[in-house]
Amino acid sequence: MTWARFKDLFTTYLFVVPATILFLVFSLIPFMKVFQLSVFEWDGISTHMQFVGLQNFKNVLFHDLPWLISLRNAGVITLLALTFQNILALILAMIVDREIKGKNFYRVVFYLPPVLSGIVVGLVWNWIFDGSHGLLNHMLASLGHPGWARSWLADPKTALYGVAAIHMWKGFGWGFVILLAGLQAIPRELGEAARVDGAGEWYIFSRITVPLMLPVFFLVSILTILGTMQIYDIIISTTNGGPGYHTEVPITRILAAMLGSSQFGYACSLGIIFGVILLAVSMVQMRLSKWSAKYT
Amino acid sequence: MTTLTATPDRPENRFQLQLFLYRAKHYLRLSIAHAICLTVAAACVFPLMWMVSSSLKTQQTIFTDLGLWVAHPHWRNYYVAWTRGNFGEYFFNSLFYTAVVVGGVIITASMAAYAFSRLKFPGRNILFVIVISTMMIPIPGSFIALYVLLNKLGLINTRLGYILPQINGGLALGIFLLKTFFDKLPQDLEDAARIDGCNKFQVYLHVAMPLAKPAIAVLAVFNALAVWNEYLLANLVLSDPHLMPLQKGLMVFQGAYITEYPLLMAGITISIIPILTLYFLMQRYIVAGITAGAIKT
Repeated sequence: MTWARFKDLFTTYLFVVPATILFLVFSLIPFMKVFQLSVFEWDGISTHMQFVGLQNFKNVLFHDLPWLISLRNAGVITLLALTFQNILALILAMIVDREIKGKNFYRVVFYLPPVLSGIVVGLVWNWIFDGSHGLLNHMLASLGHPGWARSWLADPKTALYGVAAIHMWKGFGWGFVILLAGLQAIPRELGEAARVDGAGEWYIFSRITVPLMLPVFFLVSILTILGTMQIYDIIISTTNGGPGYHTEVPITRILAAMLGSSQFGYACSLGIIFGVILLAVSMVQMRLSKWSAKYT
Repeated sequence: MTTLTATPDRPENRFQLQLFLYRAKHYLRLSIAHAICLTVAAACVFPLMWMVSSSLKTQQTIFTDLGLWVAHPHWRNYYVAWTRGNFGEYFFNSLFYTAVVVGGVIITASMAAYAFSRLKFPGRNILFVIVISTMMIPIPGSFIALYVLLNKLGLINTRLGYILPQINGGLALGIFLLKTFFDKLPQDLEDAARIDGCNKFQVYLHVAMPLAKPAIAVLAVFNALAVWNEYLLANLVLSDPHLMPLQKGLMVFQGAYITEYPLLMAGITISIIPILTLYFLMQRYIVAGITAGAIKT
């Protein structure tokens, strides 16, 4: 190798070195470290690490009821977000996609909640749902239903749904923007031609809009699932997992295992199992979107 | 003939009637559409307006006066939150972290993206695939190991320990976005600059980067939003109040003064003013960014 060639290659590598070092230290090494730690029992501080093989994983799968509850809770919120949040987003996107005035106004306003942090949203809604001073109870009272008042986020019956409502309030605007962009990419002529041929609204929706939007639907669904399963900020700023385990979610359980009970190895195995679940969901999504690309 | 004009069966009249019906239907649908949208818009804005109006009430009036309009705004809440609530310090910390992380992401991601797009070197493709694959694989547990690592490096409870992982967090999307952008740029300009005697770095800095401004704007806005709103890492890394950003500060304040709602609401308002300003100014980049880079949100 000549000196000039070496110098040339050296300067080229200088371009990628900063990114590569950051990536190695803060992504790749932690990623592999998780697998290593998951087979140990370790409190995070002491120099002694007890090798336990797959015992942590056995415990996660068969002996950790709060973990299963947390998965179920996140699953419930995800199902609600997939249906109510995304249907609302789709309806709004379809309305705004028509020639109505104020398209940009609606887009700006609907995307306001997603711009805010989960902490801010959680703290504000925490107060709206508050039992003694909350706005919702005051409103119910002034509407003539003081008996409906309750401490929404502290009541085991409503806490999970309350948290889900907050999450959906924060999230629908994001789905709206993606769905609207998808709708606007559909050529106008298709709908117009069908209408000239006598097709009704429902026919146009089910035979033109839905098939062309399938890839976008899959994208929005998968991102909703991945985002909602990893819900954390809204939980920590409202219920912190309570009452009991009623709003515990996987991330709060992982943090509890790590910082609460200093079981770093166990926390890692929780993380790996959770990661595998999310990865499985992503794989299903990739299959589906490939299938839908072939189908359309 | 005169009797005929009165009958509705004449073609012109029937047309008039149809036109009227059509218009009525059109306006009815339009008003229903706006009614739905405006209701949802009100539901989006109302909690925020209520938050701002609550931040101007006093501890005495806040539980009794629930109106949106505050007759005697108690601006002092903002002063108290800023000083006694420590939100002034949190605010500048957040500004600092956001500026440094956004700058760091832009520099490192654009250099790497330029190399991946324009320069040839052994291992280019494999490196690119590895970096981008982190975007696809969800690794929810890796913050545990990140915490262990930061602890080992002595970066827990330091500004650097909060900044570096976040620069890394923005890299995958940044490299992906900018590489796609560089790939589409015509290479003629850069070739001309090379012939005129610029070295690789000068071409990157003076030719490619100015052209990439729109993509960099998208990247900057997205990272700014992400860093400003980040909580999980701040909670893990920072325990010294002098280092905390706003999100962590809000939780600390809420924990310490659980019932001081006016001050809490003032603090929240302080925390969202910069982000809303950025949002309104850069709104078109945000829409472009979500739709183009919906791969990671």
